[in-house]
Amino acid sequence: MSAPALSTTPAEGFTSTRFAQHLSQRAYLPAWWLEAKKAAWNQFNALPLPSRTDENWRFSDLKGLDLSGFTVPEDHSQKIPNHSGFAQAAEIVFSNRQVVARSHVSAELSSKGVIFAPLDEALRQHGDLVRTYFQKHPANLGSAKFVALNTALTVAGGFLYVPADVEVDLPFVIQHTLTGNNVSVFPHTIVVLGPRAKATVVEFFVSGGSSSVTASTLARSAPAAERQLVSGVNDLHAAEGAQLTYVGAQRWSRETLAFQINSIAVERDARVLSLNLHLGGRQSRHESHSRLLGPGAHSEMLSLTVADGDREFDQRTLQTHISPHTTSNLLYKNALLDTAKTIFSGLIIVEPDAQKTDAYQKNRNLMLSDTAEAHSLPGLEIQANDVKCSHGSTSARIDAEQEFYLQARGINPTEARRLLVSAFFEEVLNKLENEDLHASLTALIADQFKK
Amino acid sequence: MQPPTDTLAPPDLNFDSEVGDSASTVENPTVGIDQSVGDFTYDVKYAFDAGSGLNEGVIRYISDVKKEASWILDFRLKAYQTFLEKPMPTHWATKDLENIDFNKIRYYLSQGQKPKRTWDEVPDDIKRTFERLGIPEQERKFLAGVEAQFDSEAAYSNVKDIVAKQGVIFCNSTEALREHPEIFRKWFGKVIPTGDNKFSALNSAVFSGGSFIYVPKGVKVAMPLQAYFRINAENFGQFERTLIIADEGAEVTYMEGCTAPKFSTSTLHSAVVELVALKGAKIQYITVQNWAPNVFNLVTKRAIAMEDAEVKWIDCNIGSRLTMKYPGVILKGKRARGEVISIALANDGQHQDTGAKMIHAADDTTSVIVAKSISVGQGRSTYRGVVHIPKHLKGCKNNTECDALLINTNSRTDTYPAIVVRGDTHAVQHEASVSKVSEDMIFYMQQRGLTEAQAMSLAVNGFVNDLVRQFPMEYSVELKRLIDLEMEGSVG
Repeated sequence: MSAPALSTTPAEGFTSTRFAQHLSQRAYLPAWWLEAKKAAWNQFNALPLPSRTDENWRFSDLKGLDLSGFTVPEDHSQKIPNHSGFAQAAEIVFSNRQVVARSHVSAELSSKGVIFAPLDEALRQHGDLVRTYFQKHPANLGSAKFVALNTALTVAGGFLYVPADVEVDLPFVIQHTLTGNNVSVFPHTIVVLGPRAKATVVEFFVSGGSSSVTASTLARSAPAAERQLVSGVNDLHAAEGAQLTYVGAQRWSRETLAFQINSIAVERDARVLSLNLHLGGRQSRHESHSRLLGPGAHSEMLSLTVADGDREFDQRTLQTHISPHTTSNLLYKNALLDTAKTIFSGLIIVEPDAQKTDAYQKNRNLMLSDTAEAHSLPGLEIQANDVKCSHGSTSARIDAEQEFYLQARGINPTEARRLLVSAFFEEVLNKLENEDLHASLTALIADQFKK
Repeated sequence: MQPPTDTLAPPDLNFDSEVGDSASTVENPTVGIDQSVGDFTYDVKYAFDAGSGLNEGVIRYISDVKKEASWILDFRLKAYQTFLEKPMPTHWATKDLENIDFNKIRYYLSQGQKPKRTWDEVPDDIKRTFERLGIPEQERKFLAGVEAQFDSEAAYSNVKDIVAKQGVIFCNSTEALREHPEIFRKWFGKVIPTGDNKFSALNSAVFSGGSFIYVPKGVKVAMPLQAYFRINAENFGQFERTLIIADEGAEVTYMEGCTAPKFSTSTLHSAVVELVALKGAKIQYITVQNWAPNVFNLVTKRAIAMEDAEVKWIDCNIGSRLTMKYPGVILKGKRARGEVISIALANDGQHQDTGAKMIHAADDTTSVIVAKSISVGQGRSTYRGVVHIPKHLKGCKNNTECDALLINTNSRTDTYPAIVVRGDTHAVQHEASVSKVSEDMIFYMQQRGLTEAQAMSLAVNGFVNDLVRQFPMEYSVELKRLIDLEMEGSVG
């Protein structure tokens, strides 16, 4: 490890001076939090950047991992894309790290003990609760350095706590907007569902951009080509019998280097559905690790990617079955256009005690261009014998017969193709119960194809 | 250098007795009768011995006793440097590799460099080894030619007249490079470059023995050619080198088998096998790997298939402590076809890390990988695969299926495929599944009077049956028997 070289000269913008300033501005936060930040800062500096021999980074563009020149923005932008496509339980909007809009949970929910607050506020008012769940289960999929950077510098993020037996139908929404050139942001969201609680969380990650974005929908805001860095983390916890739906939708600018690290902990009989929609960024890495901790736990891991232009989408997943009688199902679908590149690297681990595991993992790549490149590394590590585990990976173009069928019925080739691609995605979107949310995501995807 | 002493087979591995008439008498044998067949060693006086450990002197010694051309020595010395520079691939492979002590290994042992053409001429101490393994008998029955390698050199090599008259060349690496450089030098080290990996570099530095085969244009060799690799000495490293060239329209089937006695110290087997299938040629390469459970079996196998050529690897791994082997095909010419059929059985203390590589490098090429593994006891089987379809190709197809069967609660299996596809005119499909033997199936068979072990055996045989059927008859019968024996100790 060439750690010393790094710690003395961290990337410009993330200097020790800047970090000390960051800490001193937050002296009002709990001491454990500041200590965690310090430790993370040291860890960030000590850890090397991923190297060519690092299996977790196989096929990734390592040259693209350039952290130099980024700064942490001090002010926020007024140009914040808005999306009001569906009814919400409450919403928090961040622009360049600061809360710029917020709606509170209803008095009824509040009286039941539901907490939905920016991370900063949660740290002050519910510090111990945050501490219990903050990075309780690190994802450990190769991005420790970028997670450490997130912990060291995170400001923006949501904290949702839904106590036992409380069910909330409408989604909680958190939006992160980043505007400016050479700026960075480090969102950290923590979701905790108590026993038998039920909730939906939707997180949007978008670049504001210099283009004239007004109050149009998020779907219509064209991300500008500003160089940005994002390292986001979230910790999702579902206690016994809880039901959590998490949607993360990112549409970063064309020049964004983005990391999003998900950790999902599912206790006995709980069920978590996570759906990540990837539309933007220059190089976007997404890691998601589900841990099935109690019998009856289920994790549904879904992802949709529209890879166009020369973007790289790098997805690393892990389904760890720790307890017996647990199930998981992963479906990652990528549509590849232009010269885009996708990497799907997934692993199912069945630990020796996790008998009666039923785990599935599927990666499907729809090749829509002769120059797009799909990498697929679906893996299994099985240490118990009474299990049902399988994976599948396909990379192919649109079925010629289906295309022909539509054309034979007078639908022009472009439209036929569009229909078939949306059908390809529909299998995943259909798993969302909330129809308004479904429609909102469909619009976002459709917009990506219109350009 | 002390020659190895006569090592007795451990009492529980007596190769003459029938193991396990009833399942209850067998305690999960880590090596079934399959390995005990080869678990004996005779005291052999070696005339040539390079000693233990590796240095330039050892390489010069090997080259010298073989009376090699200077370009081969240069090739070896360069490879040695590459070997020293290359790190162990432990960032993705098992850490067990670190247990190989290159300084303890003996890199060259032989009684002489010239193989005998008749069994009568083979020295008695070596001949009785091969007789015990049944090689001369098999040769009479169904083989077109046999090469029997004992430690570093072939003790016996013969090809039937009818095949020789067709112009087929079948000899060891030393002889081939000396007598037929115009044929073999062109492809030697070209399919698998020295620097491909640390062990291909090691092989390139110290290679000895192996089969070099040339099948002339249009010649179809009706019966298989066979090589049998025998390790006799303790702490020995066997580094055979095989190169098979099937000229345009030629067809050949090659089979290799191997055994070694079980020593308490580890033995290294590290081969390099290169196949060249020119336009329209067909090569079938069959391996039944049955090394003793102290052998590190680290083999690089790759083929190049030109226009309309077909290469099929049938790779069956039952023995060894650790096998790492991923037979590959570079599909270089249009419409070339590559296929890997892989069967692995890992019992206690074994790790079968096997798989396949398909590198598509021309339009309309197709590849098929079917891998089935069985993990018994604490055995671990791993599938690793690469399917690569790079830019600007059209109409390539790959289909991969990996199925793993886990017999005991603590058996382990891993699957690590890597698939790269560029462009929208290809069809690539990968599927893998992991399962145990269905309880219903076992129950059904037990209801009809089979013992649990018999039922398990039948189920496992059923699992691999579609692959085993593709083996030559003699091998498939043997394989079924091996599976029966491995299964008997695994239940109850």
